[in-house]
Amino acid sequence: MAQLKRTPLYEEHHAAKAKLIDFGGWEMPVQYAGVIEEHNTVRTKAGLFDVSHMGEVDVKGQEALPFVQHLITNDVTKIQDGQILYSPMCYPDGGIVDDLLVYRYGTDHFYIVVNASNTDKDYAWMAEQAHGYDVQLDNISEQVAQLALQGPFAEKILQKLTSTDLSGIKYYWFKHGEVNGIPSLISRTGYTGEDGFEIYLPPDKAPELWRKILETGAPEGIEPIGLGARDTLRFEAKLPLYGNELGPDISPLEAGIGFFVKLTKDEFIGKDALKAQKEKGVSRKLVGLEMIERGIARSHYPIQKDGEEVGIITSGSFSPTLNKNIALGLIRADLAEIGSTLDVIIRGKAVKAQIIPTPFYKRERTN
Amino acid sequence: MNPTNLKYTKTHEWVKVDGNIVTLGITNHAQESLGDVVFVELPEEGTTVTAGEPYGTVESVKAVSDIISAVNGKVVEFNEAILDAPDVLNSDPYGEGWLIKVEADDLSELDNLLSAAEYEGLLEEEH
Repeated sequence: MAQLKRTPLYEEHHAAKAKLIDFGGWEMPVQYAGVIEEHNTVRTKAGLFDVSHMGEVDVKGQEALPFVQHLITNDVTKIQDGQILYSPMCYPDGGIVDDLLVYRYGTDHFYIVVNASNTDKDYAWMAEQAHGYDVQLDNISEQVAQLALQGPFAEKILQKLTSTDLSGIKYYWFKHGEVNGIPSLISRTGYTGEDGFEIYLPPDKAPELWRKILETGAPEGIEPIGLGARDTLRFEAKLPLYGNELGPDISPLEAGIGFFVKLTKDEFIGKDALKAQKEKGVSRKLVGLEMIERGIARSHYPIQKDGEEVGIITSGSFSPTLNKNIALGLIRADLAEIGSTLDVIIRGKAVKAQIIPTPFYKRERTN
Repeated sequence: MNPTNLKYTKTHEWVKVDGNIVTLGITNHAQESLGDVVFVELPEEGTTVTAGEPYGTVESVKAVSDIISAVNGKVVEFNEAILDAPDVLNSDPYGEGWLIKVEADDLSELDNLLSAAEYEGLLEEEH
């Protein structure tokens, strides 16, 4: 077996007796106290995640802006310097290479954050697309650690450690500042459905900041959170996960993230295919499901209607916030009507589920 | 600790013998490995169970796990309360967290199961 990669916080996880698993080649904490407790801590207080496994690619050069416009489906001219854009990155056929965040420093500099397990694939894809553009790409993933501080008390806790005015960083904006004296990129983003921050910093400083944030947030009830709760949190908020809701054989229009595909742009990879798909109408749609009979739908379980296979579960779990068994499924578009019932095939048995509105969970916005 | 009046399987289930009625459950180690249990599926009364074969399912937030029978026999009772309160499997795996009671075909089958001390030895080996 290949040696698993470790983040700079491995020793912290090990000392905290986290349960560690192989996550896309990384030895990562799946849980500390327990998935449900951790999930509820993030929804009601604050949680700290090690997401140092994420990939970062720096894009610099005269033609950085037209290159990024070509690369992604969303429109980076619609945001300002200091702002962040979520976007799919597609193949010419409209399938998804990855979903990512683009940090805009200026027309000549962008910082792209990609999924950990896709980093090498994405970087190779970007480098290939960069031919003919005056840009320089750098995969700086190993020079960057990332902590995510998420939950209603995130701002209160982080503000104690920085002189940067956090109330001045709006959702999907970023600033550079010192956190506990460590030069960091502070980004108001996250993958939980809660308010919060993602902090990018040098790997050698990550353990001390990890400990400091946990210590500072102790009065607010902060806890370290594993990937198990990260998944249930993002799932309740219907934030798609590459490999589940997104993949090379699924288009963003099918996955319900068509809002991030700007067909008004002159040109981008996948535009023709996605435009044609939009005009023709998608054949599959991502829907929310609630189990009405006993059972938990899991990723890849088949979905049937009247005994005929009509789709597949992309994610499914017990929902700690709603105390229900819910799922996301990619099904035939003509059946994607809220209120109608379908069967999920669980260990050979048809178990009834109903299509319900999504997201399953939405926080009350205060900022 | 694992009660000494029970017998154990290598697949982390426990067995309690009471006459020819055998109660089955999962061990503390099993519930710890699973994490928060959120769903349990059990066979109804009258269902035949087979030694070494799955008779039900336990699911945590992240994992789906078969539960293996240690005996051949017929289910005479299943723990209905646990279907609505699966977290009891985490809090009391050897008590309220029992799963099914089976009328065993042949109790001598149980002779091959592990004692508490042998089971703990196995856990140490696996560790």
